[in-house]
Amino acid sequence: MIKDITIGQYFPGRSPVHRLDPRVKIMLALGYIVILFVAQNAWGLGLGVVAGFGAYLISGIPLVMILKSLKPVVPIIIFTSVLNMLFVEGESLFHWWIVNITREGVHTAIFMSVRIICLIAGTSLLTYTTSPIALTDGIERLMGPLKKLRFPVHELAMMMTIALRFIPTLIEETDKIMSAQKARGADLETGGLMQRARALVPILIPLFVSSFRRADELALAMECRCYRGGEGRTRMKQLHMGPGDFVASALVVACLAGVIALNLLVK
Amino acid sequence: MDDIMEATRVSFSYSQEPESPLVLDGISLGVHRGEFLAVLGHNGSGKSTLAKHFNAILLPREGRVVVEGMETTDEERLYDIRQTVGMVFQNPDNQIVATIVEEDVAFALENMGVPPAEIRQRVDGALKAVGMYDFREHAPHQLSGGQKQRVAIAGIIAMRPRCIVLDEPTAMLDPRGRAEVLKTLRQLNQEHGITIALITHYMDEAAQCDRVVVVDRGRLLMDGKPREVFSRVEELKAVGLDVPQVTELMHRLRQAGLPVREDIITEEECAAQLEQLLA
Repeated sequence: MIKDITIGQYFPGRSPVHRLDPRVKIMLALGYIVILFVAQNAWGLGLGVVAGFGAYLISGIPLVMILKSLKPVVPIIIFTSVLNMLFVEGESLFHWWIVNITREGVHTAIFMSVRIICLIAGTSLLTYTTSPIALTDGIERLMGPLKKLRFPVHELAMMMTIALRFIPTLIEETDKIMSAQKARGADLETGGLMQRARALVPILIPLFVSSFRRADELALAMECRCYRGGEGRTRMKQLHMGPGDFVASALVVACLAGVIALNLLVK
Repeated sequence: MDDIMEATRVSFSYSQEPESPLVLDGISLGVHRGEFLAVLGHNGSGKSTLAKHFNAILLPREGRVVVEGMETTDEERLYDIRQTVGMVFQNPDNQIVATIVEEDVAFALENMGVPPAEIRQRVDGALKAVGMYDFREHAPHQLSGGQKQRVAIAGIIAMRPRCIVLDEPTAMLDPRGRAEVLKTLRQLNQEHGITIALITHYMDEAAQCDRVVVVDRGRLLMDGKPREVFSRVEELKAVGLDVPQVTELMHRLRQAGLPVREDIITEEECAAQLEQLLA
């Protein structure tokens, strides 16, 4: 059962969205967030919603996945909506005891909810259409200029790669240790929260010990393969920006311009 | 004979204290160019420690190790030494760095700063040489143990080393995985002329090599052709080692007073001897 955990949430595919350069895709996702927060009226926000929806349609990711990505943020949406409705001052719509719901409050609540929904859906599209490796690669290259400020960009990317590489290995190992402890009579399934947490100790300790041993051996193997940090390192896979990247960037910029224009035109 | 790697009177201890026990005790061993060498020894004999001296992971406390004319203590030649002598370890899981097979094979080349187009070419070549080209886009955890170990070997041969030292590469594999890895190693040795030093405790693997050395308590105990080494059954048993099963059978038959040869190391020879005996 423990093996069912999926790493990241990548949906392999060959759509134009999948084929975008990961660097461009990360920047476009950021651009999309800017659009959502720049939009000041229903028209602008509507444009943002349509753009996000369009990107999903092109990517071929099933629309149900939007709902799935939203599941964890439902409480946040409800919470901020309630707060907005209760505490934004303005023209009263409904008044009962100390509860005072205003027209402005409802307005802000709807706006904020739509923004959060689009934000999560938009960034999820990034992880749905980009493999974790490509994502790491993109981040490493985008942060490249930070190397000048002595920020350990390469080390960070290396850590992410190794973490991704070892997640399945460690999951498998956890499974084995759990079986081994169960075979020795460990009870992992019953009891209260505290009891179950305590039952995890004999699983975590061997897991930690073996992780350190693995790290040691991996370091040795990396040294044998001439690893010496990011200095002078080349990469087999080069990232290339294609026509699709320019089209997508142009679309996002046009969308941003449209939103700003709508802000100015529609009061 | 021309030696690609040579250890001369090497002593080593993991602790700095002068009185601490020596793991290697003045051992000398030359590995000939192009040979397929097996290093035998039971746990704690110092065979893995010796292996780590050949690509400068460990440096001798006394004596010297020379690889293709380079002293392993010469820090400026460190990466040249590591490119000349590749090293493969026991657990395939703990030596694969990247999340995709081909990216892992490219790892060493990326470290060496090889241009991208050449990396691509050498990675494809290395994957074909170990028969893993069709799996180049797989994730390591989708592969069997033997396949993972072959990927690890591909990651080493992409550096184009002249020699590969393998530290019990088959210890964690099932029989099929072991056979795959050994076949790959023999091919690399015969077709690509790569010198192989295989550290193992499987006697049947050692029996297939050109030369066998036995290490015990940090010293070289025996050195010779498999046939010569394995005929010294009693001596091998005294240091906690076995002999191939067929050799063991012949030894017992001889002890029982039957006229059979002692230097039998393959099943075919054994079968022939038994036939002769029964005829």
